[in-house]
Amino acid sequence: MSAAAEPLRDSALDDAALQSRLAQIWGTAPGFWGWLTTVDHKLIGRRYIITALCFLVLGGLAALVMRLQLGRPDNTLIGPDLYDQLFTMHGATMMFLFAVPVLETIPVYLVPLMIGTRNVAFPRLNAFSYWVYLFGGVMLWVAFFFNSGPDAGWFTYVPLASQEYDVGNRSSIWAQMITYTELSGLAVAVEIIVTVFKMRAPGMTLDRIPLFVWAALVTAFMVLFAMPAVMVCSTMLMLDPLLGFRFFDWKNGGDVLLWQHLFWFFGHPEVYFIFIPATGIVSAIIPAFAQRKMFGYPAIVLALIATGFLSFGLWVHHMFVTGLPRLGESFFTASSMAVSVPAGVQIFCWIATLWGGALRWRTPLLFVLGFIVNFVIGGLTGVMVASVPIDTQVHDTYFVVAHLHYVLIGGGVFPLLAGIYYWFPKLYGRMLDETLGRWNFWLAMLGFNLAFFPMHILGLMGMPRRVYTYQAEMGWGGLNLLSTIGAFIFFASFVVLLANMVRSLRRGETAPDNPWNAGTLEWATSSPPPPQNFSRIPVVTDVEPLWDNPQSLPTVDGLRADRRELIVSTLVDAEPSVRESSPLPSIWPFAAAMVTSLTLFGSVFTARAIEWGAIPIAIVFIGWFWPKGAREEES
Amino acid sequence: MRVGPPLIPLAATILCGCSSWQSALDPHSAEAGHLADLFWFFTAVCAAIWILVTASLLHLGLRRRRDGDIPREDSPEERRRKMLIVGALVALTAVILAIFSFASFYATRGFAWANQTALTIKVKGNQWWWPIQYESRDVTQIFDTANEIHIPVKRPVTFDLEASDVIHSLWIPDLMGKQDLIPGRNNTLTVEADRAGLYRAQCAEYCGLQHAHMALYVFAEPEKQFEAWRGHQLAPARPPASGKAWQGYRVFLAACAGCHTVRGTDAGGQLGPDLTHFGSRAAIAAGELHNTQDNLSNWLADPQSIKPGNYMPRVPLSDGDRAAVVAYLQGLK
Repeated sequence: MSAAAEPLRDSALDDAALQSRLAQIWGTAPGFWGWLTTVDHKLIGRRYIITALCFLVLGGLAALVMRLQLGRPDNTLIGPDLYDQLFTMHGATMMFLFAVPVLETIPVYLVPLMIGTRNVAFPRLNAFSYWVYLFGGVMLWVAFFFNSGPDAGWFTYVPLASQEYDVGNRSSIWAQMITYTELSGLAVAVEIIVTVFKMRAPGMTLDRIPLFVWAALVTAFMVLFAMPAVMVCSTMLMLDPLLGFRFFDWKNGGDVLLWQHLFWFFGHPEVYFIFIPATGIVSAIIPAFAQRKMFGYPAIVLALIATGFLSFGLWVHHMFVTGLPRLGESFFTASSMAVSVPAGVQIFCWIATLWGGALRWRTPLLFVLGFIVNFVIGGLTGVMVASVPIDTQVHDTYFVVAHLHYVLIGGGVFPLLAGIYYWFPKLYGRMLDETLGRWNFWLAMLGFNLAFFPMHILGLMGMPRRVYTYQAEMGWGGLNLLSTIGAFIFFASFVVLLANMVRSLRRGETAPDNPWNAGTLEWATSSPPPPQNFSRIPVVTDVEPLWDNPQSLPTVDGLRADRRELIVSTLVDAEPSVRESSPLPSIWPFAAAMVTSLTLFGSVFTARAIEWGAIPIAIVFIGWFWPKGAREEES
Repeated sequence: MRVGPPLIPLAATILCGCSSWQSALDPHSAEAGHLADLFWFFTAVCAAIWILVTASLLHLGLRRRRDGDIPREDSPEERRRKMLIVGALVALTAVILAIFSFASFYATRGFAWANQTALTIKVKGNQWWWPIQYESRDVTQIFDTANEIHIPVKRPVTFDLEASDVIHSLWIPDLMGKQDLIPGRNNTLTVEADRAGLYRAQCAEYCGLQHAHMALYVFAEPEKQFEAWRGHQLAPARPPASGKAWQGYRVFLAACAGCHTVRGTDAGGQLGPDLTHFGSRAAIAAGELHNTQDNLSNWLADPQSIKPGNYMPRVPLSDGDRAAVVAYLQGLK
């Protein structure tokens, strides 16, 4: 208001008064309106995680139907048309709607807590990104239930996905779903990068950033550089039918392989969008359960960055049998193998940390060890498929199906489950049950390996992927049946997880602030955290600040207690530079996501949708960005 | 009825004593042998690595628990020791990967002898069958067939690979790794079978509704047998041998000739497989059914229920006409 009146600052209040005051200022209004307008990173992060887990269930059910169909030879349970939609929906859902979003947005919840700030850098953009993601996912599944699910595979090769072979806009629906998820993915990447670079608590120098946050940062940069490639190719795919372009039309000077280059330039790094945050989860859990600091912190950080760079130089190994020049292919063999070096560095450092620690055998640690055992198989078969000659035999067979599931489930879902058991108490203030957790783990280990290990052998026995059935004389029936049984056991492990969560939310043991005696900042605040995360911003003196100051963390003061305010700090040394205000709840992100989504949906069918949609989009964004007149930052 | 144990006499003789059907690890050519050797070499090394990693984790679980005050960080000596071990393991990883890369590179160099082959066969990929053309400089030696390739043993043969609609991939695991058939591009694959035998090939790149039923039979035969087969294929179709077959021939010309060619007759359609010597082939519908009277009759009665989505329409024929067409086609030896 007036410049003369000194604003209320946190130093003037005692802890309890400050706590309730900030909770009110940062809080989200109750009711539907509050739910719609919130910009709290915890609420949005949680929403992201729950939505992604719902898509996990849908994708898993699609997989079960496919496994039933393949359980015996010449099965006629479902026909080829539905089967093709199912495997495309399964792949697209698991990659674009489950794995990448969940592992990219667990950091939306955790990063501000781990680096000691009160919200992400662009909270409204964050809210916008969630709604766009939700609408895109819902659109895909609604299309599927109207028998318009995409059916050209999750990497949607042309010409099969081109207009000529695309029945009822199915591939356009896929391409537009990509636009939604990439839009939200890019938004989250920008937030994470700025949050990590500029909003760390005082004292959190680069070498004190938790490894999980490093992993999120590297992933965000990869998203920034890889996703435009897929946006370009999915847009090109839509321009062909919408405006008569001929990018992929080989009869009119287009090129079929162009699609594969563009797609895999994104598609290979995408595997690492899943793997790198997953290793971040592992690096967060191992120190807590060995009760000692991570061995080789700088080596792990460098390994993460190296993986990020190398992952952009591997895409051709998806195209070894397309007839590219042999010498070039050999280069990609070497680069694909080289990416296992940083993966090896991480695994060796984890084992070195566990070795000699006082291990606490709780469910999160079990899942971490399960991750190492399973992921190493996937990594090693990855080395095999990276070899051009071996790949000519196993490419596009069930061997590759086995490999990719060992990498993505072994390397992504097992760490995710570890993370769920580890952070659930922080999110909900309740512990998950240990006995059910063990059941969950052993069922998952058994079911997963039973479902996917036989696929290696099936591939070598000649079974191509994406076949809706096979003849009895091929001799693939037994192993397929085994795999189907495994898939059901694996699914059961997720039912146990769900039961565990429901049980825990109803009558679980109350979680203390720091149930695992871990060392990073998210455990310094209450479980669940208050709206402001920290009433007083901590000062960080070590990579595991809570172990360095077991009694109480040093804090800074001077922030205003009468508006949303947080600290902007310097990039390298995290020295506080300015105090910045943080946005209030707003309906604009939701409205913007709504008009954007409708426009994108319309453009599946007609190019005119872009013209007409531009009008409401312009109105909403002008409303969103209308100058407010208030000073946003003070030094 | 749709599939049974291999019943076709022709196939049975060749299959005798040969367990392989479509396996990458049962090589019947030098190249597939190299690939299988390389595969087993990689597998052995990788399995050893996996066992070491798992054993080190098991050791964590089985050793005596350390309780009480364990320092948060390693002592300097311990840390130095661990750094040495981790460093050595990383170096070892790099060495193994370098060996793998060189082994792969040398294995692929062996593939590059495609230019001196005696025989060139054009293999095209169509949704969901394989048009085959035996090429030659002498135009009288060129002929078409479909879904079945015969090659002489111990002679390198080049496949020219083309696609006319979407991407397909030719994979004969017993003989060679796969190669894609890409619209607008020409790829080649060279194959040399060691032994006589029947090898099954299958499309390996997802190509739409009937990707699952796009197989190809490769018969590797001794030189003389192969030449005899080729000579026979060059000849036009046999005239119908019985009254029933004559009736079938007339129905065929009226109902089927729009899509299918039978050389030596007026049937010259280009959309479906060339049927000139259909009776001598082992399978129907790109490997889906064995070529028996019953199977053929069922196939003609309703191709869409057997192979949903394929481009062969259901042509309404009376039972008598259908039996006649079966007799005619089976007579096209």
